Amino acid sequence: MSINNEEKIKIKADNINFYYGQSHAIKNLSIDIYDKKVTAFIGPSGCGKSTFLRMLNKMNDLVPNTRAEGTLLFDGQDILEKNTDVVSIRKKVGMVFQKPNPFPKTIFQNIAYGLEVNGVKDKDFIRKRVEDSLRKAALWEEVKTRLHTSALMLSGGQQQRLCIARCLAVEPQVILFDEPCASLDPISTNKIEELILELKKFYTIVIVTHNMQQAARVSDYTAFMYLGELIEFDKTATMFTVPKQPKTEEYLSGKFG
Amino acid sequence: MNSQKEKIIKLIFTILAFASLLFLLGIIIVLFKESLPIFKEVKLHDFIFGKHWYPTYDPPEYGIMPLIAASFWVTAGAMIVCVPLGLGSALYINEIASFRQKQILKPIIEILAGIPSIVYGFFGMLIVAPFLQNLLNIPSGLCAFTASLVLGIMAIPTVTSLSEDSLSFVPKSFKEASYALGANRWQTLIKVVIPASMSGISTSVILGMSRIVGETMTVLMVSGGAAIMPKSIFDPVRPMTSTIAAEMGESAVGSPHYHALFAIGLILFLVTLIFNVAAEHISKKYRVKLGLNR
Ligand SMILES: Nc1ncnc2c1ncn2[C@@H]1O[C@H](COP(=O)(O)OP(=O)(O)O)[C@@H](O)[C@H]1O
Ligand SMILES: [Mg+2]
Repeated sequence: MSINNEEKIKIKADNINFYYGQSHAIKNLSIDIYDKKVTAFIGPSGCGKSTFLRMLNKMNDLVPNTRAEGTLLFDGQDILEKNTDVVSIRKKVGMVFQKPNPFPKTIFQNIAYGLEVNGVKDKDFIRKRVEDSLRKAALWEEVKTRLHTSALMLSGGQQQRLCIARCLAVEPQVILFDEPCASLDPISTNKIEELILELKKFYTIVIVTHNMQQAARVSDYTAFMYLGELIEFDKTATMFTVPKQPKTEEYLSGKFG
Repeated sequence: MNSQKEKIIKLIFTILAFASLLFLLGIIIVLFKESLPIFKEVKLHDFIFGKHWYPTYDPPEYGIMPLIAASFWVTAGAMIVCVPLGLGSALYINEIASFRQKQILKPIIEILAGIPSIVYGFFGMLIVAPFLQNLLNIPSGLCAFTASLVLGIMAIPTVTSLSEDSLSFVPKSFKEASYALGANRWQTLIKVVIPASMSGISTSVILGMSRIVGETMTVLMVSGGAAIMPKSIFDPVRPMTSTIAAEMGESAVGSPHYHALFAIGLILFLVTLIFNVAAEHISKKYRVKLGLNR
């Protein structure tokens, strides 16, 4: 589904189907994800939002007995093809998970991890990149004096910003957020939302959220999914004021979900 | 429920809980009481560092260094066998094995852990010892090397099953985070999974060691039984546990020999106690590290 021909397309999904064994989790989904915009996926629980999101960085490859069909073009290259370099895709497409999941290592080590596994050895470079990433994630001031203490000592909201910084450190082009605020308090949620608005200047962002207000606040485009299908995709402002599909209208007015 | 009944039930459980404590206390008291008289015959230093164990000679000598050395060599050798194999199979089961292989392998490991040690003793005596005797052309297959091998094999299931547990406790979210940053399976294993379960792995190694040090039946059957200072790993040896098992029957109750055997038991008790406390301590630290106690 293309709705704005003026924008540059970063990811183009064409007629995607996804199966967990026999269960058909995503049905004939086509959508364009625009460059340096925030695209939100909303819809009731179990409708396939996370599954689609995890196709974008090939995380579903880790789930045994699954099957994907269709084409998923990242900068024009089909990443569903068998010989796709998974590591290079995951470096270009970072991910922030529902529950903050810092490693049981220090703050510094958490951020350096992505660089180290990608072969960066230069200590000065790593130190600089750690600071940059923490600054971009609006966490530097809070942790600069305790970089070498355990990341697990941070609060939930700080941990989530650490996970964002960890993801930024490998310089992705796209960042996927899977309900990043689901386990956070309102103040931390607010900080993450501000951060997303800041990050979209430099990155293409795809966010799954349960929270319609959040989608309205942070996204430029919204996709509404239901039972594995994409029901409606439009500019956020348009969808939230004049939804075209009755199903979308029902969901937005809280009739189910 | 009426409160009378409740009180009685509570009382019964309190008694049961304290009963096990009482037994432990009783064992410790008996161990000390029966050990201490030996130190009227021989100084603690000479007892531990003495190189001659001739309890039935005249005059008798009560130096247990040969027994300690035997225990040490056999344990060290067994660790060389069980740590790599035990951890290797844990990693295989956890990371590489398919779901079906896992379903077959895990129960097999549990069954191996439940085989009585005398069966391992038989296996060592009748198969391993003659085989090694022919293969290496040594005077007797019943020696420290064989004991190490058999005990090492025996301890593999302990190490495997405990360390596999700790590997599988590593939250999936850590692995996902690692993969999402572009790490491959190997990097994820080495840099995330193993460090996160390191304390559980060390616990499994310590408990495996504790099992080896305290093992009696198997060593009695395969270690050869000579209470002399071992010069090579192919010498027959007599570790501390098998000394007690072999000699307790022939020593007169209340004799110095009898007290000396108790003192050996006391030392074994203290060593395994230290191992178990260490294991407990480390596994507690592990829970804190993973944030499981929050
Ligand atoms: N690992 C999995 N194995 C089997 N089925 C799964 C798995 N993950 C998700 N599903 C199923 O796929 C459907 C979509 O799930 P998901 O993408 O997680 O939905 P959402 O994120 O919108 O709540 C659900 O029916 C869910 O039960
Ligand atoms: Mg989800």
